[in-house]
Amino acid sequence: MYRLRPLPGKCPSKKSLSEFNRGLNTRSAIYTPFAQAIPNVPVIDRESCIKFKTGKCGLCEKVCQAGAIDYTQQDEIITRQYGAIVVATGFDTIKLDKYGEYAYNESPDVITSLELERVMNAAGPTKGHLERLSDGKHPKEIVFIQCVGSRCDDHRGKPYCSKICCMYTAKHAMLIRDKYPDVNVTVFYIDVRTPGKNFDEFYRRAVEEYGVNYIKGQVGKVVPQADGSLLVQGSDLLDGKQIKMKADMVVLATAIEPDPSVRKIATMLTASIDTNNFLTEAHPKLRPVESPTAGVFLSGVCQGPKDIPETVSQAGAAAVKVIGLLAKDKLTTNPCTARSDTLLCNGCSVCQNVCPYGAISYEEKEVNDHGIRETRRVAVVNGALCQGCGACTVACPSGAMDLQGFSNRQIIAEVDAICR
Amino acid sequence: MNYSYYPGCTLRTKAKALDVYARRSAEALGFTLEEIEDWQCCGGVYPMGSDEIATKLSSVRALCAAREKGQPVVTLCSACHHVLKRVNDDMKNVPKIRDAANAYMGEEVPYTGETEVLHFLEVLRDKVGFDTLAGKVKNPLTGRKIGAYYGCLLLRPGQVMGFDDPENPKIIEDFIRAIGAEPVTYGMRNECCGGYISLREGETAKKMSDSIMENAADQGAEMLVTACPLCMYNLNKSEKLPVYYFTELLAEALGVKEAAEA
Repeated sequence: MYRLRPLPGKCPSKKSLSEFNRGLNTRSAIYTPFAQAIPNVPVIDRESCIKFKTGKCGLCEKVCQAGAIDYTQQDEIITRQYGAIVVATGFDTIKLDKYGEYAYNESPDVITSLELERVMNAAGPTKGHLERLSDGKHPKEIVFIQCVGSRCDDHRGKPYCSKICCMYTAKHAMLIRDKYPDVNVTVFYIDVRTPGKNFDEFYRRAVEEYGVNYIKGQVGKVVPQADGSLLVQGSDLLDGKQIKMKADMVVLATAIEPDPSVRKIATMLTASIDTNNFLTEAHPKLRPVESPTAGVFLSGVCQGPKDIPETVSQAGAAAVKVIGLLAKDKLTTNPCTARSDTLLCNGCSVCQNVCPYGAISYEEKEVNDHGIRETRRVAVVNGALCQGCGACTVACPSGAMDLQGFSNRQIIAEVDAICR
Repeated sequence: MNYSYYPGCTLRTKAKALDVYARRSAEALGFTLEEIEDWQCCGGVYPMGSDEIATKLSSVRALCAAREKGQPVVTLCSACHHVLKRVNDDMKNVPKIRDAANAYMGEEVPYTGETEVLHFLEVLRDKVGFDTLAGKVKNPLTGRKIGAYYGCLLLRPGQVMGFDDPENPKIIEDFIRAIGAEPVTYGMRNECCGGYISLREGETAKKMSDSIMENAADQGAEMLVTACPLCMYNLNKSEKLPVYYFTELLAEALGVKEAAEA
């Protein structure tokens, strides 16, 4: 653990690991999550707050001149109706437990790029000084390893390219070489993938102007040495040689994955999800910001790996789509939607279970069945959500579901005509 | 509990120590190793070819013999364990190999990978339990700083061998702890010792063993333990640290070392 700097503020509970600084330093129990947080107000972490744990303390309440501290606040569940939902659940980096070869858990000097980002940040745990987290010494030799868990088609990693790592690694390499010209920077890569405006120029600048040493090849092993250095074993594929070099710090470009919360949200919204837990778009080329489920829109990494400009574009497009949807008084939809015959429906829920769009719900309805009036539980199709796929018409055991425009009778008539 | 035991040829020649200490230790721990009758060479590296059938057959024969007795097969030599485990996996999951091998074997009931293949260390961990083992230790090896050397045959391919995390294994460290000594974890413990390359390019193999030894010594290990006769052969070329079979230390901790040597 990195030597801790004293924290400002009165809160006596200062030992919680700072989430924003990736656990590299601590924060107090009452804290503002990060400088640009919205809303930019402090929150209390109940699990480490002395007042919540023992009932004593209450110091923050005494010193707050605005009287804004309220220990009685409770979580609220707010129920409201919305016309559209934009999913923007974001991403996290993968856990490195299965990548023992990089010694991430063994050595504090093996860090992830996100941790380096905090180390290089003026508001970060080292106040922006590039230091080894084990002993605070200035490193002379830094090795970046790309594709840690990305493009890794086994049970450990992700088969896809995380897309953002090539660019941020080039950025980090240049930042370090610019600020500390005495530090040698080596980058191991599978491919440098830089499609995008000015991206390749950016990477070439790292190589040509900043003298970053790019080596095509993967690292097989990082071995912590007794003198505190790290022995990096890798291969140089262009030279056909095995490389063994000593480094003071190793930085891992860890694969990104959708935030774990996305599965639960996707189930709630009946929005489809792929094998990597990315939300699926309605059409990969023509409808890239919409989910197949009507009224659900996607933006950012929840739909696939993407960088900031792409995320901003997608978020803007999703917002415009929502405005387009909500600006009108009436909704134009496909007329070929499913319809349930209330007299035939037995309320079995089969159609609701097969509907991929969450368009079917059940209602208690009064029906007049040949003179007998009674209340029954029957299927109701939401015409705005139904996409007319017909899955329910096939699944319905009592033949109550019919697709308008392709009704069961129409299809039978077609079959009859063909067979005649 | 009784196990079918497959010693392999090296344990009859260069690696007798691995064998005798294991048998005595097994008795002391309350299980018996029943040597499979007329076992034959596992075939070394040859059975690993995906188009090889004939060289896989001796393993299949041993696995069938264990099936007849309804016992798991226990091995000590890393190479034999590797071959038996992988052939067993082929017999279970690769129809082409299974059918061809069974056609050669002519067993009444075709063999389909029913036998459980265990390494002696897995028996200690999963059947005996390291806690129980620790309870039966008579002479704890207190104060000895031991580096575990895994090599590659026990660990990889990880999905098939299912032995431990191939990148960050800990079973031998747990074993060292159980016999009362202090495990020294070092990064190169799962790096290749050079394997058979030592026969053709001795220098290359020596370089590889040297870097393993150096790393272990660097981290404070005073000796290494291994389960593999080939690793033992290669590591011994570099004379930095003494290397022992894990069974020798086990026998010593259980107080049966002299009896085994007699």
